[in-house]
Amino acid sequence: MTINTFEGPGPDAQFAEMLAAGDFRIQRCGECDAYVFHPRPICPHCGAAALAWVEPSGAGTVYAKTIVHRRPEKGGDYNVVLVDLAEGVRMMSRVDGVEPSGITTGMAVQASIGEGMNGEPAVIFTPTGGAQ
Amino acid sequence: MSLRGKAAIVGAALAGCGEAHGRTSMDITIEAVHGALADAGVKLSEVDAIATCQPLDLLSGLTLVQELGIAPKFTMNNRMGGSSFLSHTMWAAMLLETGLAETVVICYGSNQRTASGKLMTAIGLPTYEAPYKPMFPLSSYALAADRHMHQFGTTREQLADVAVAARGWAQKNPEAFVRDPLTREDVIASRLISDPLRVRDCCLVTDGGAALVMRRAEVAVDHPQPPVYFLGGGEGTTHRDISEMADLTVTGAAQSGAAAMAMAGVSAADIDVVQLYDAFTINVILFLEDLGFCKKGEGGAFVQGGRIAPGGELPVNTNGGGLSCVHPGMYGMFTLVEAVRQLRGQTGERQIEGAELALCHGNGGVLSSQVTNILGTSATL
Repeated sequence: MTINTFEGPGPDAQFAEMLAAGDFRIQRCGECDAYVFHPRPICPHCGAAALAWVEPSGAGTVYAKTIVHRRPEKGGDYNVVLVDLAEGVRMMSRVDGVEPSGITTGMAVQASIGEGMNGEPAVIFTPTGGAQ
Repeated sequence: MSLRGKAAIVGAALAGCGEAHGRTSMDITIEAVHGALADAGVKLSEVDAIATCQPLDLLSGLTLVQELGIAPKFTMNNRMGGSSFLSHTMWAAMLLETGLAETVVICYGSNQRTASGKLMTAIGLPTYEAPYKPMFPLSSYALAADRHMHQFGTTREQLADVAVAARGWAQKNPEAFVRDPLTREDVIASRLISDPLRVRDCCLVTDGGAALVMRRAEVAVDHPQPPVYFLGGGEGTTHRDISEMADLTVTGAAQSGAAAMAMAGVSAADIDVVQLYDAFTINVILFLEDLGFCKKGEGGAFVQGGRIAPGGELPVNTNGGGLSCVHPGMYGMFTLVEAVRQLRGQTGERQIEGAELALCHGNGGVLSSQVTNILGTSATL
């Protein structure tokens, strides 16, 4: 369903509401078919106000990674990654379920909804055991 | 309309570099303006256009006018991060060439080191990055470094060589903030902050200010110092957030550098001295590639073996750069002041003999804004 992004809560608010309800959605343009993330009012590829929410496959690949070094008493090290989704869009995230040394650029990962660093709902990834 | 050779820098000064205890960012800025006007032999009352961008004061152009007590025709406050000032020079050249202004002052100052001990910024984390707490701006550059290493085999040692070269230049600059010896091993053994970047891959946190005075070319010769001509400029803006950068190994410098060199009618091989915005070691590798000093992916190999260090074939960041000389949050102005001094032949032990053409390159945000300026002596007109 194409959403009217110029009325009611905007795309950021809609995304956050869906995420809080357990649904990770990205946008797809009804005019040029491009997938879009992060959420926007109009398509950054063709300019059409024809973006609709779609469910991504959740499959992705780590495009780049960094381990932020933090003192143990402040919570210890954590990772920050950029993931390319199978739909062709990129997002910042975190890879859970693996030691920092086990995170490699190019590794295959799968999305789920977990918690951000402040406990907020956030899309996170876990390794699927493959690499590209 | 080309701006080549239409305007010149006739005054330049630094102020408060290192630590400026008890002084505000605007104090430092105004000291730099005072110095640049004296250097140019220009009265404050002659200034009819100003440009600035300050770390925390989003209306700093207005503050500057108020504190200087002038009533300029143009107040430029365009803000793209640390690259802003290399854009200000282009706007200055346009104002001068069109006759809309006669005397333009461009300036910056920050007391971030003595006031806070860390980067002072008005910029917060983007909505879709904040949940993952990347360090701003460091983790964005770490991601770019990781990608460059993954894609091209760039090594930890090559990143270190950028910092070692900068320190080598700083040791020849009495004004540089850090001048202790630094080896490749020191860099690699330094504290990890956001992998693969370590503390010695990161710029200094200093106080400091700088200012320039620009006038039309035909009157530039009437000033005490040899004019340094604006020969070309170009910009490239690609994103705001690192997660929106299409390819982390290709920056907007490819566009800004090509535009600046086309306007100036020069190529990378013609440049005598290079001043790059080295907030992090990876920047220098990316910009050398994107500006055409080497091929994409070969920047790591290019910086090895002291090629950009004193005595190397391409002098890069001859003041010691943001890595070892000065970095008060936004570094763009300092690329310009060092280029002016090199082209005037005023840099003592680090002087590049016969330097006629300089390239200055500014970076803003998280590799987001790229701005290139080509400057030259009268021999290049």
